[in-house]
Amino acid sequence: MRAKTFFKGGIHIPSYKLTAQVPIQRLKDPKRVVIPLSQHTGKPAKLIVNKNDLVTEGQMIGEQDGVISASVHSSINGRVKDIIEHPVPILPRVQSVVIEESPEVQKDSSSVSRKDWRTLNREEILSIIRNSGIVGMGGAAFPTVVKFSPPQNKKITDLIINGVECEPYLTSDHRIMLEYPDEIIEGVEIVSHLLGVKNIFIGIENNKKDAISLLSDKVKGKNIAVCALKEKYPQGGEKQLIFALTGRIVPSGGLPMDVGCVVSNIGTVLAIKRAVVDGKPLIERVVTVTGSIVKRPGNYIVKVGTLLTDLLEQIGGLTEEPGKIIFGGPMTGVSVDQTDIPILKATSGVLFLSRKEALLADYREFFPCIRCGSCVLACPMSLNPSGLSVLGENERWDEMKSLDVLDCIECGCCSYVCPAKRPIVQFVKIAKSKLRRIV
Amino acid sequence: MKNLIISTAPHIRKDRSIKEIMWTVVIALIPACLMGCLIFGLSAVRVLLISTCSAVLTELLICLIFKKNITISDGSAVVTGVLVGMNMPPVIPWYVPAVASFFAIAVVKMLFGGLGYNFLNPALAGRVFVMFAWLSAMTTWQKPSPPEWFMKFFNLPYVDSISTATPLNIFKYHGMDAVVEFFTSKSSMYKHLFIGTVGGCIGEVSALAILIGAIILFIRKIITPLIPFFYIGTVALITWIFGGNNGLFTGDALFHILSGGLLLGAFFMATDMVTSPITPLGQIVFATGAGILTSVIRLKGGYPEGVSFSILFMNVLTPLIDKIFHSRLLFNIIMKKKNKVV
Repeated sequence: MRAKTFFKGGIHIPSYKLTAQVPIQRLKDPKRVVIPLSQHTGKPAKLIVNKNDLVTEGQMIGEQDGVISASVHSSINGRVKDIIEHPVPILPRVQSVVIEESPEVQKDSSSVSRKDWRTLNREEILSIIRNSGIVGMGGAAFPTVVKFSPPQNKKITDLIINGVECEPYLTSDHRIMLEYPDEIIEGVEIVSHLLGVKNIFIGIENNKKDAISLLSDKVKGKNIAVCALKEKYPQGGEKQLIFALTGRIVPSGGLPMDVGCVVSNIGTVLAIKRAVVDGKPLIERVVTVTGSIVKRPGNYIVKVGTLLTDLLEQIGGLTEEPGKIIFGGPMTGVSVDQTDIPILKATSGVLFLSRKEALLADYREFFPCIRCGSCVLACPMSLNPSGLSVLGENERWDEMKSLDVLDCIECGCCSYVCPAKRPIVQFVKIAKSKLRRIV
Repeated sequence: MKNLIISTAPHIRKDRSIKEIMWTVVIALIPACLMGCLIFGLSAVRVLLISTCSAVLTELLICLIFKKNITISDGSAVVTGVLVGMNMPPVIPWYVPAVASFFAIAVVKMLFGGLGYNFLNPALAGRVFVMFAWLSAMTTWQKPSPPEWFMKFFNLPYVDSISTATPLNIFKYHGMDAVVEFFTSKSSMYKHLFIGTVGGCIGEVSALAILIGAIILFIRKIITPLIPFFYIGTVALITWIFGGNNGLFTGDALFHILSGGLLLGAFFMATDMVTSPITPLGQIVFATGAGILTSVIRLKGGYPEGVSFSILFMNVLTPLIDKIFHSRLLFNIIMKKKNKVV
């Protein structure tokens, strides 16, 4: 079968999947965690614990506040040491709960009884997902409940599970597909039960043949299609994935639900299964820690709120001083300026680049656009990144709107191919924030 | 950990720079230059050296005078200088290529803001400028005088009275039959045109050398085949249909492809990134337009050759083409169709 793909643009990047064959390994619980109340798109959670409170693993410490928001839970047993403003992998500091291990709190050994989700109705499942603080784990961290509650007039027919993981370096989704296939499929069934969809696809990029064949075996006899997708970045972009699997195009400014689709990350599905069936809120995740300078690169189960410093200590550290630390993948991830930063729910990986590697993509010096057109060919959204970057360079943000800057998915293909090393995505990000404030 | 670099994504980039693109173009131009020098001798070497030095010196001086970063190492001035030289007849007073390069760099390129901001192909604009200034010098041709071993190596049939006129000149004023008669036979004509032992500008005579350069550009992915294909294709089609004496569809398309500056223009000048449209669709329109213009000038116009004018004319149209055939055009059409079905 020919691998499916999206219709225009995209680039081939070396995949750098150093950790694809490294089995998932659980790290020891850290002695201290810092849990930000805002790890998701939307309003921060409302603090519901006080300083010096004792909390158990999985206890809610921040409650969903408003419609687009998500709850936050303690990831270890301990005492609330402090409530502070702490840096996260996005610019501003956010209110965070510091929890330190405490001998007064014993491990909660009473296991939650397993539930049969088939007996639960839609509202009950949604409320479990809501109370478990589940957000999209692919990176955007959009509250899952909101995504799964489309307005009445939008008929959802297709559920697409995103196991593409097209970002170079990252392998956490790949590993969970290999190591927890049954749980994933149960999660998929829960979600399809919830949404009442006709078609269910699991899209996996062709460079993960082992995962494709394993999941294909597991879904035999079920109404789930495991689809191999061409190895091309950004195959895992929501809109690209929808086109590759259903042939539908999400209209400009629209959402997947406008074409009857819900797209969910493979990690999110796993988290849903664990929340609904095992009663476990989202307090840990698989994180790929990778890069040529990491001593023991691998896929680790990390508690949400673990500081990068503690994580590094446990896995043996680095071979040299890093030049850049990136939360997420190299194409869309966020670089951070320190290691005193917690792992969040949507942190799929942490990438350490050496100074030399980091300087290869340095933006401090860039050149005039020579209109070579590489970016136009690479853009999967049919935009004109060259035009956008020239307008951006001259701070003509308003005019960028007429070049459909708001449709940009910030995949980074244009900046990746640009021979003039222009920071196109940066201009787009600035333009979007300026335009949104104006609108 | 100190001194961590902070930037927006992406954090990895393709290993390709403007410098690499420009110097690759220079390398791709070398075969055609070498052929020109072999065929026309030292006079060609002289022209190429003068034009290149003039271009680089002009850029250097302007950068110094206006206290800008010195940009000559990016190779774009060298490309312009070499192309100016390649577009000159080998026998020409020294100041003509010097002025052409100066005009190309100072007026066409730097005055508009340097690399990336020029709206005309600098080399072609420089050539056309001196063409109007020194018309007779620019149309005085030299007899090809390749060394003996060269003729033997390519097994070229000897043509008795290799005149100084270019094949397109003969075609313009005496017709196709005169061209064939001049080369004694059709096959001899194609052979001479392909190897380059004909009168003309230094860089445009040898189709073989230009094609070698073009292959370098394709392999290194500097250019896509769109513009050359549609440019040459349009010229071939129109000259085949309208170029003959005995009615429609009797023209000699291959003659028109191999002669004059078409190949050099199609592979090296129409493909100039800065002055050609940025979208594939726009590039097709651009190349087809240039092809139509070139054919019309060659067949019906007052000049024997029209490549420079057509490319320059399309350069001027490029912003308009970019606006009409913008990158979202196809996407919008598909969306409209889909919405109608729904």
